[in-house]
Amino acid sequence: MRAPLPALLLSLAIAVGLGGAARALEEAPEPPHQQWPFEGVFGTYDTAASQRGFQVYKEVCSVCHAVKHLAFRNLEEIGYTEDQVKGIAAQYQVTDGPNDEGQMFQRPARPSDPIPGPFPNDQAARAANNGALPPDLSLITKAREGGPDYVYAILTGFKDPPAGFKVNEGMYYNQYFAGHQIKMPPPLTQTDQLKYADGTQATVPQMSHDVVSFLSWAAEPNLNERHRIGFKVILFLIIATGVFYAAKRKIWSRIH
Amino acid sequence: MAVPPASSPASGYSRLIRWIDYRLPFVSFLEHEFTDYPTPKNLNYWWNFGSLAGIILVIMIVTGVVLAMHYTPHSDLAFDSVERMMRDVNYGWLLRYIHMNGASMFFLIVYIHLFRGLYYGSYKYPRELLWILGVVILLLMIATAFMGYVLPWGQMSYWAATVITNLFSAIPVVGNKIVTLLWGGFTVGNPTLNRFFSLHYLLPFVIVAVVGLHLLALHQHGSNNPLGIDTRGPQDTMPFHPYHTIKDSFGLCVALLVLAFFVFYAPNFFASADNYIPANPMVTPNHIVPEWYLLPYYAILRSVTFDILGIPAKLLGVVLSLGSIILLFFVPWLDTSRVRSARFRPIYRLVSWLFPIDAIALGYVGSQPPEGWVVTLGQVATFYYYFHFLILMPLLGKIERPRPLPISIGTAVLEATGGLSTAGSAERH
Repeated sequence: MRAPLPALLLSLAIAVGLGGAARALEEAPEPPHQQWPFEGVFGTYDTAASQRGFQVYKEVCSVCHAVKHLAFRNLEEIGYTEDQVKGIAAQYQVTDGPNDEGQMFQRPARPSDPIPGPFPNDQAARAANNGALPPDLSLITKAREGGPDYVYAILTGFKDPPAGFKVNEGMYYNQYFAGHQIKMPPPLTQTDQLKYADGTQATVPQMSHDVVSFLSWAAEPNLNERHRIGFKVILFLIIATGVFYAAKRKIWSRIH
Repeated sequence: MAVPPASSPASGYSRLIRWIDYRLPFVSFLEHEFTDYPTPKNLNYWWNFGSLAGIILVIMIVTGVVLAMHYTPHSDLAFDSVERMMRDVNYGWLLRYIHMNGASMFFLIVYIHLFRGLYYGSYKYPRELLWILGVVILLLMIATAFMGYVLPWGQMSYWAATVITNLFSAIPVVGNKIVTLLWGGFTVGNPTLNRFFSLHYLLPFVIVAVVGLHLLALHQHGSNNPLGIDTRGPQDTMPFHPYHTIKDSFGLCVALLVLAFFVFYAPNFFASADNYIPANPMVTPNHIVPEWYLLPYYAILRSVTFDILGIPAKLLGVVLSLGSIILLFFVPWLDTSRVRSARFRPIYRLVSWLFPIDAIALGYVGSQPPEGWVVTLGQVATFYYYFHFLILMPLLGKIERPRPLPISIGTAVLEATGGLSTAGSAERH
């Protein structure tokens, strides 16, 4: 008890360890760690990758999956200009109303509208997907153990099943999915499946990486700001801790 | 204007302050309780955690009140309203992450504070009620944290609410009625969310009130100290201000550093990924686990896997789990030793370190699926938890030979700092 600081650090380490242990264990293999530019104290999103990822989402994923927590205006945060966002929104039709005659009507989407999903409701989504419900993707990297690494692993984890493994009808083998059988057909299958606007070669790992970049931003759009403010706050607190410690020593020297 | 004589408590202040203070003695109250308030000279850094807990409580209330302005307590809207807060409310993400991680910080601090009390015997005469009020605060904190965890209405919110409220059904005769009352219906649903939100907003202010009583009881006899002997006069004490205001400020900065690290760089470290999936009554998560600070109670709950004397295992688990906290109420009388501080109790000193190790083992058990050796570890740790309080504490007081206590705090401080040369400087204050 004479050395309180090590003991405190120990208690903290224990509490931290428990927090980690509290996470549920999955049966599937641990997804391999990928390098993401948004990791670490100074990490930020790569806007070019996020824009390519939005293109992958729009041309591939959005056939089945919604991103309901995103509005078109949010796309400005990954580097699209206001006019580009207006252009993207105008490609979608949304239901508005009722108008003065009491009728609902269709109109082109505006930047303030949420990005419309592919299905009007969960039942329609199930009916179109053999009973499976494609989850909303706006929080997917936060809603799965392993986060971005896991989503990347799923996208690149489709393989031929090992000998003797029976895959049920309407299911696909995926080495990183719990139970190894997933109802989602492999979404990204071949190089140049789509043509990137910036000319990047669209390989499967490239497209997977880009769409995970986009989805990570979609799940945690304030990460850049959080990291920037956090650095200043921690710097301030380190200085304040030093100042208060010096003041404490000075004031207490009157006693000892 | 009648102004009291210059010798009154607020004598150093202007006429206006003295006029007010004569009628509403707020300034002299502050002077008495926060400036001149005598504290033992030998308090170490373990005594920082009380004021720290108080400050975290304020942080929780301030962030919580603002979050409540943007939150919608409806089962169809709650999840989306939290997401909207994270995305569209200015600094909503910051407020929510402070509130989420602040809860973990609050429990960490309070558990250290509680351990400090156990180690130095702070619950003994004449501080029994002070201790009991602390246990009341802990119970209120657990209830508040649990209901707060339900509010985002994610998968873990919903299923934690289901599992925990179902425990009350183990109570004979009235159990099911209590569960229906908690739910406001026949399943966890919108009425449950509404009442949990209401109570989650109410209970923190009840905690504030009990903290007030806790402080009132504390200031009656003053802080205990690492030697566990009474202060004998001004030579043993120092005024709260500036010595403890500055020491607590330093401690607060360190605590805020830890909190800031999690808020800004690992905000979801303590959170479950499942809670970013909206609540779905049709899909049960693989492992339903509470937040880390409730894991030991959860482990005790699940450790009873068999009926004893016709009492169903479930009821027994609930009783032992709740009992693990209720037991703390009786600690002032379970500990039969007249020596407060573990420093002078060689066996209890060792035993008091085994207790947090046992609690951590229980926490680990609570975090794991209840299979194989984990169950056995949970049972052993549960047994030891009760053994510690019900057998060791009363027994050690009788059989242990404590080391001799110092005559006074002043002499002990002098011995520690090396003789009479410092006596003069100590006397000055």
